[in-house]
Amino acid sequence: MDEPQIYARLAEIFQDVFDDDSIVVNHDLSAKDVDGWDSLTHIRLILTVEKAFKIKFSTSDIGKLEKVGDLVALIKQRT
Amino acid sequence: MNQLYAELQWLPRAPRDFAGRLKALGTSADQLGRELQALALPALDLNQLTKLAKVIDSARREDKPLEPLTPFRLGVLSNSTIELLVPALTASAARHGVALEVIQPAYDQAAQEALTPDSKMNSSKPDAVLLALDYRALPLKLSLGDAEASSANVQGVIGYLQALRNGIKTHSNAVCIFQTFAPPVETLFGSLDRALPGTLRNLIERINRELANFVLGSGDVLLDVAGLAETVGLADWHNTQLWNLAKFPFSGELIPLYADHVARIVAALRGKSRKVLILDLDNTVWGGVIGDDGLEGIQIAQGDARGEAHLAVQRLALELRQRGIVLAVSSKNIDEVAREPFEKHPEMLLKLDHIAIFQANWNDKATNIQAIAEELSLGLDAMVFLDDNPVERGLVRELLPQVAVPELPEDPAWYARFLTAAGYFEAVSFADEDLKRAGFYQDNAKRANLQKQVGGVDAYLASLDMTITFQPFDATGRARIVQLINKSNQYNLTTRRYTDPEVIAAENDPDVFTLQVRLADIFGDNGMISVVICRPAEAGVWEIDTWLMSCRVLGRKVEHMVLREILEHARAAGIQKLAGTYRPTDRNKLVVDHYRKLGFTQLGEEDSGITRWELIVEGAEPESAPMKVVSRGFAQASGFAQAKEIYFT
Repeated sequence: MDEPQIYARLAEIFQDVFDDDSIVVNHDLSAKDVDGWDSLTHIRLILTVEKAFKIKFSTSDIGKLEKVGDLVALIKQRT
Repeated sequence: MNQLYAELQWLPRAPRDFAGRLKALGTSADQLGRELQALALPALDLNQLTKLAKVIDSARREDKPLEPLTPFRLGVLSNSTIELLVPALTASAARHGVALEVIQPAYDQAAQEALTPDSKMNSSKPDAVLLALDYRALPLKLSLGDAEASSANVQGVIGYLQALRNGIKTHSNAVCIFQTFAPPVETLFGSLDRALPGTLRNLIERINRELANFVLGSGDVLLDVAGLAETVGLADWHNTQLWNLAKFPFSGELIPLYADHVARIVAALRGKSRKVLILDLDNTVWGGVIGDDGLEGIQIAQGDARGEAHLAVQRLALELRQRGIVLAVSSKNIDEVAREPFEKHPEMLLKLDHIAIFQANWNDKATNIQAIAEELSLGLDAMVFLDDNPVERGLVRELLPQVAVPELPEDPAWYARFLTAAGYFEAVSFADEDLKRAGFYQDNAKRANLQKQVGGVDAYLASLDMTITFQPFDATGRARIVQLINKSNQYNLTTRRYTDPEVIAAENDPDVFTLQVRLADIFGDNGMISVVICRPAEAGVWEIDTWLMSCRVLGRKVEHMVLREILEHARAAGIQKLAGTYRPTDRNKLVVDHYRKLGFTQLGEEDSGITRWELIVEGAEPESAPMKVVSRGFAQASGFAQAKEIYFT
């Protein structure tokens, strides 16, 4: 998958997980920018991303995520 | 991961526009409770369950009427991060007819909440408390090989759980739902872990056994998480990474499954477990179609793989009956024909006196199931309907949404498993009355009188997106044509059998009009389902030599569409009259009125029962049905082949 495709799929996922069709997903988006992005929703997000892209993140992968750009890089690596 | 369980495959798939439908609902809908239950019915993922729970929670907080959902307040005590699954509990409860309110105290406060009189949990006076503890919550001590110490440990753990129970009983008198414990995957020895006292596996197994014993008959309830984990596979149940990351005790993918199991228990506590299993017959309880294949042709023999699959369904039905589930039959067949295997087939496990109500007729199944419910004086929400045919399943789901209709896979080998996986008959207790219940309904295979027809069948059929395809006989269709001609017994007007060369002769004879008919719908392609052969009789007349149809597509007006196609070609060929004959056999009583229903005039009846009919081509306008028509491969009167498509609405 190339980056634009990953971003497009992530946009769908974010809108689904956060129940907000207005979310725009870009490289610098992080928890402080989105209402309701707490540790619990973060877990739901990780589970959804893993299932959607058919990948499994490692514990340290997840620990290092700070913004969406990091997530995209990780997905590119694993797909 | 096992998909049947992880994806709740017995449930229909969620609609693509689930989120849109949920938003459209808002909280101002008229029949809010019913609509929420309908939205909750399909298999939903964690995000969908979370969204649905938000709507249910706000409706409940705003005191909106949620009938017919029954309210239930559930306290949940846990040593783990259950917030992740609380919404799944609420949404799954709606699937089972319950408006759930979850009382959820702070993280890892199980003991405090249970034992403190005015804790958040106890003050809320829940109807039940789910002790959602996993093995990490227990004071377990490895005491390898030490029988005494390990017994003491087991007793200590049971004592701890009983103390929690006593606290809850004293301070809020709620029913306690105890979970059994799924042991960790990792073993110290391997096989010896089970046998040797004091290993985790051995300790947990004994704890589970003692827990089950003290819960049975106590008024409290067991949620067998250990059994669930075993069913999906312990290694798939546990996700150590998720525990490390989020202190969540099992695989996130299995949250919808777990939540459905909790919902079943809650529903059972409210008396909502289902009580009746209604069975289709053809291709469900035996392989094949009794009307066409006869006693010799249906598959239920031991030693035949297909037969064994269907016998497993029969065996399951019998065992369910033994525990108090009532059995009924709803089949599209002639009554005597449907009863024959029960009465005469040596391999049938089910007999007529196992069946409380036996509905075999040509009416739609929704009307029949309605009649069964009325005859048993039970609500539609007590019924489960098992049918291999997705069209029938869709019809009943649409017209009688309170009836549970499990999805089934293609292979009957899994039917029994799908039915039990669905958990419609979950129970929290078992008493003598249950053993006697099936007999109470006087299993004499009664026929229930059909009351008024259930409405909406036509609209449902129109929603099936049917396409009917007409072609003359050709080489590609030949094998199936020969098979249908020689195999069809019920919907067969003249039961003329043709050999392969005879079919080829008809195919090649320019004066003979032949039709092979295929039907497809949203569930898939039914393949070839009807065959017609018309031969020239006197000038201007076509004699309908052969007209047969698969019973699988009865009730959809296929025969009307076939007549329309015959008429079109008759007109093009300058034919003025169609002549039809009904030759009665002991299998085709079904079609005695076929020509009458299609508008033919009866010319006469012979002593043998043979009836003759005719239809004047000019002005004949048979009913049409909502299907797309494809007609191809026919040579035009002027000699070129043509393919055309016409839409009927």
